[in-house]
Amino acid sequence: MTLDFSTPAHYLVALLPELVLSLWGMVVLLAGVWKKEEEGRPSADDLGTLSLVGLLLAAGANGWLYTAGSTGGHGMVTVDEFRLFANWIFLVAAFLSISISFTYVFRQRLQAAETYSLMLFAVVGMMLMGGSHNLILIFLALELMSVAVYALAAINRRDRRSAEAGLKYFLLGAFSSGFFLYGIALIYGATGTVDVLQIQRVVIQGEAVAGLLFGGIALLAVGFAFKVAAVPFHMWTPDVYEGAPTPVTAFMATGVKAAAFVAFLRVFLVAFDAVYETWYSVFWWLAAVTMVAANLMALVQSNVKRMLAYSSIAHGGYLLVALVAANETASAALLFYLLVYALMNIGAFAVVVSVARQGEERLQIEDYAGLGWQKPALGVFLTVFLLSLAGFPGTGGFMGKIFLLQGAVDSELWVLAVVLVMATLISYWYYLRVAWYMWMKEAPEAEAHAGVMTSMPMKVALVTAVGLVLFLGLFPSVGLGVAERSVAALFEAAGTMGRVIP
Amino acid sequence: MLIEALILSALLFGVGTLGVLLRRNAIIMFLCIELQLNAVNLAFVALSRYLGIDGQVFVFFVMTVAAAEAAVGLAIIISIFRHYETVNVDNFNLLKW
Repeated sequence: MTLDFSTPAHYLVALLPELVLSLWGMVVLLAGVWKKEEEGRPSADDLGTLSLVGLLLAAGANGWLYTAGSTGGHGMVTVDEFRLFANWIFLVAAFLSISISFTYVFRQRLQAAETYSLMLFAVVGMMLMGGSHNLILIFLALELMSVAVYALAAINRRDRRSAEAGLKYFLLGAFSSGFFLYGIALIYGATGTVDVLQIQRVVIQGEAVAGLLFGGIALLAVGFAFKVAAVPFHMWTPDVYEGAPTPVTAFMATGVKAAAFVAFLRVFLVAFDAVYETWYSVFWWLAAVTMVAANLMALVQSNVKRMLAYSSIAHGGYLLVALVAANETASAALLFYLLVYALMNIGAFAVVVSVARQGEERLQIEDYAGLGWQKPALGVFLTVFLLSLAGFPGTGGFMGKIFLLQGAVDSELWVLAVVLVMATLISYWYYLRVAWYMWMKEAPEAEAHAGVMTSMPMKVALVTAVGLVLFLGLFPSVGLGVAERSVAALFEAAGTMGRVIP
Repeated sequence: MLIEALILSALLFGVGTLGVLLRRNAIIMFLCIELQLNAVNLAFVALSRYLGIDGQVFVFFVMTVAAAEAAVGLAIIISIFRHYETVNVDNFNLLKW
């Protein structure tokens, strides 16, 4: 089917995955309050399953959109393959995050309907963010995602730390949205439009008001840097990731970051391609500082959740390299890496949820002593995820880093490539330390890990994640091929090409 | 006229930014964030005199977003107040800030 953006009805078709998920989020919310508890209200598990069904439907709609082309100019949303690939990342992240929250939601007595529907609404926001050409729509989508995730971070109202995480995330998130919006206003003032493709044209023709444009780019970059938690805009990340319920942390660390990066890439590589020289050095420094500082700070963490938070900042730094490189290889690597990162990071958090007995206890690294021998399956899974996060050959994380390096080398970013490799070497220490505790340390007592449990959905999620991480590590060309096609679609539509720094 | 409005908007935005950075009361910080958003609204309205009606439409979106943020934000502030009996962010130190 060919979508004609001059017909409003076709907009609805172009937005099918988002529409399905929005409606489904409301269905989940209603299902949770439909009946009284004693009259057979759906249980938390039922609601979780219902949300997973919604994600599958949205995935079906997303797959179907591959057959649709578009004509009649362009709308506020695109139907290019770049958007569809990004949607897969968000759907995978949400699917795994919901799968690992089943027992957690039950044991912590969270509001199941609210938790799951907020996750679905957040995914709608992510999808719109990754698929829009229009800065105002990107802002709305960013807020749709963020407001849902603020509430998710604070969803455990019995836990002080959850409330604290929610407040910190909310204050700094809203603060950064202010910068983002001000950036949009200045760019609107400079170019007279908020459409990414039209901004690109105005900028290329040199008709933009320079002062407003560069101010706007700077403010937009600050807003994005907050969302992707680049050092020095990362202050909120460790606290929020540590305090939020662990499945929500997994969702934030992967989905939210992926959405921010995808929108980041689209806005900067398309709209501001012509003024690349003015912004690349700023991102160069952001990437370098983020990689080095986050990895160094992760070294001294004793709380595994907090360590994973710093690790997620560090991975944001690796991904920023792709943005600095700004060529097709690097952009494809960014998509590939975001997918692998979602799989391995949520997998690691899934094991953390299990070891914490589906709660917020036993998060110190000492609590992992002897885990591997007492719970071999979980031990092996966590080891694979940690090796992948560290970037060991044979795992998806390794191939992702290789592709990122390839992108950096294509743009002749030698120093940045060296920093990436050095930062990866530093990261081996803190990832392997956890593995060392699991396999080399004696458990304090024979039954130390007796309370560790995994529900059926979590087992499925773990096996899927491990399988895909290894598959993408051994046969990376499959994933990379799709990512390259998606990026080619973006660059073709925009008419820009990757560039080499002079 | 446009220049003056943009300067005013920049000043308001700066006041909001400073407020968030300097004040420690969560509600005041939140109000300062709203001030930032409204400074942007002012810029949009001023620009729309020259660039067409779009800018004024954006203002409505921004106001909607600000209302949604206020609903969730105040709910979070109430929920943390129940735990701590205060809204001063310096007291929230279970997590290393």
